[in-house]
Amino acid sequence: MHAGEAMNVPDCCQNAQTASAMRDEADASVKIVVQGLNAWYERRQVLFDIHLRIPDRQITAIIGPSGSGKSTLLRVFNRLHETVRHARVGGVVLLDGLNIFTLDPRSLRQRVGMVFQMPNPFPKSIFDNIAFGLRINGMRDHLAERVERSLRRAALWEEVKDRLHRPATELSGGQQQRLCIARALALEPEVLLLDEPCSALDPVSTARIEELLIALKDTCTPVLVTHQMQQAARVSDFCYLLLDGRVIEGQPTRQLFTTPRDPRTEAYLTGRYG
Amino acid sequence: MRSLRSALRSRELSSTAMLALTGLCAVTAVALLVGILGYLLVQGIGALNWTFLARLPVPVGETGGGIANALVGSAKLVVLAVVLAAPPALLGAVYLSEWRDTRLASAVRAATSMLNSVPSIVAGLFVYGTIVVRQRHFSTFAGGVALAILLLPMALQAAVVALEALPDSLREAALAVGASRLQMLAGILLPAAAPALLSAVLIAAARIAGETAPLLFTAFNNSYWSPGWNQPTASLPVTIYTYAISPYNDWHRQAWAAAAVLLIAVLSISLITRGVLDARWRSHERS
Repeated sequence: MHAGEAMNVPDCCQNAQTASAMRDEADASVKIVVQGLNAWYERRQVLFDIHLRIPDRQITAIIGPSGSGKSTLLRVFNRLHETVRHARVGGVVLLDGLNIFTLDPRSLRQRVGMVFQMPNPFPKSIFDNIAFGLRINGMRDHLAERVERSLRRAALWEEVKDRLHRPATELSGGQQQRLCIARALALEPEVLLLDEPCSALDPVSTARIEELLIALKDTCTPVLVTHQMQQAARVSDFCYLLLDGRVIEGQPTRQLFTTPRDPRTEAYLTGRYG
Repeated sequence: MRSLRSALRSRELSSTAMLALTGLCAVTAVALLVGILGYLLVQGIGALNWTFLARLPVPVGETGGGIANALVGSAKLVVLAVVLAAPPALLGAVYLSEWRDTRLASAVRAATSMLNSVPSIVAGLFVYGTIVVRQRHFSTFAGGVALAILLLPMALQAAVVALEALPDSLREAALAVGASRLQMLAGILLPAAAPALLSAVLIAAARIAGETAPLLFTAFNNSYWSPGWNQPTASLPVTIYTYAISPYNDWHRQAWAAAAVLLIAVLSISLITRGVLDARWRSHERS
C-alpha cells in the first residue's frame, strides 16, 4: 500500500468515510477495499476507476442494469475473471488489507467463495458436491460432519439427509442453488460472492435464500450482485449502484433508497435509467 | 380474411411437404442400413452357422471351413490399436480442450484434421515402410499400428467435442472452490465426460474394425492361428476381400457371411455404446 494510491480515493462513494485507505487497512470493520480498479475485455473497458469498500459481516449489494459491470466486479474479488480469455484488470483490491493479486488464487478462492447465477452443482452425489471442495483443500478430517454442518447452514439438510448419495441433479432448482451455497460455505469462507443467485428461481426459493443470506452475516460477509432493486432493499445493509462500469453511489441501503445523493441513482431507482 | 386463410393454407401445405421430404430422407438412411444388412444375410445365410464362426478355413474344395482365426485376428488388431491410440487421443483431447489458445494446440488441431484425412492405404504404406520392411515380416503388431494411426485422429476429435461440450459453469464451479486445473480436470471434468469419451473411443474402434487397405501389407493374412503379435494374421476385412475376389462360389458365400458377421459386430459396438450413454444420461436426469 503506497501513500500515493491512498490519495486516489475519490469522494464519490463515501459520506462520513473520508478516512484514507491507510486507516482502512487497520480497520477491522472493512473487509474488502477496492481502489482505482479498471477492467477490460480485449480492448473494451468494462470497469472504470472503481473505488469501494465492503463492510465486514454485513450484506453488501451491488445493483445496476445488465451490462453495467456488476458481475465482472464480483469475479475480480476471487480472481475468477482470470479464467476469461483476454480479461485484464488494473488497480488494487485489498482483502483484510492484503492485495489479492499477490495471493495464491486457490487459497484466495477458499477464503472468498462464490455462488453463480445458474445453479451449477457437480454431476456427482449431493455428498460429493460438498466433499470435493473439502478434499482438495485438505479438509479431509470429519468429512461427514463438515458436510452436514454446511448443509444445515444452507437450510438444506432436512430435505436431503436421507439421500446424500443420490445425484445432485435430482434436486429442484432452488435446492440445487442452496447446495451450491452449502458447497461454498463448507470451506468456511470469509466472503461469499453471489452473482444474481435467485434470478433462475421462483419466489419461494428466492425468499428462502434471502433468509439464509441474512443468517450468514454472523460468520461471513455476503456480497450480492442483483439487478432486482427490491432484493437489494430487502436483504442488504450497504448498497452500491453501478452504471456503465462506474460506481455512481454507495450508501447504507436505506439511505440509498430513500435519499439518493446522485440524480442518476434516483433516476435508476424510479425506473428512468437502464 | 380470405387472404389470411389462403396464406395459412399455403403455409400448411409447405409444412406438410417439408415434413414428407425430411421423413423420406430419414427413411432412406434407415433403408440403406436395413438393405445392406438384409442383402448380406440373404447372400451369406447359407454359410452362416456355428462351425463357420468356430473353425479355421479349409482349402478350396473341402467344405465346412470357418473364419475363427479372422475373428480373433480382428479382435486383436482392434484391441492393439485402441491400446496404442486411445491414451494419446484422450490426453491430447484434454490438452486441446483446456489449453485452446496455445500455439501448440492450434498446430495439433491442424495436424489432427490432416491426419484424419490421410487415406487409409497411405497409413498402411507408411507402416509397411517403417515396420514391416525393417522387421522383414508381416505381423499383428504392424497391422495394429496401422489401425492405431487411423484411430488416433478420429478418437481425438470426438473426445475434444465431448470435453468442449461440458458447460463452462462446471469449470467455474470447480475453480471457485479452489481447485487447481489438474484437480478440476481429474475430479470434475473427466468423470463428467467419461461416457462420452468412452463412446468416442468405441465408435472410432468400430470404424477401424472394417478397414481393409491398411491391413493388406501390414497384418497380411494367415490361414491358421496367429499366436502372439509377431506373425501375419487373418482379419475379417482381409478375409472378405480375399474370398470375394476368388473364383470359387463356396468362398463367395463365405465372404458374404463374413461381411454379415463384421457388420453385426460393428453395429453391436455402436448399439452398446449408445446404451452406455443413454443409461448414464437417464441416471442423471431422473429428477
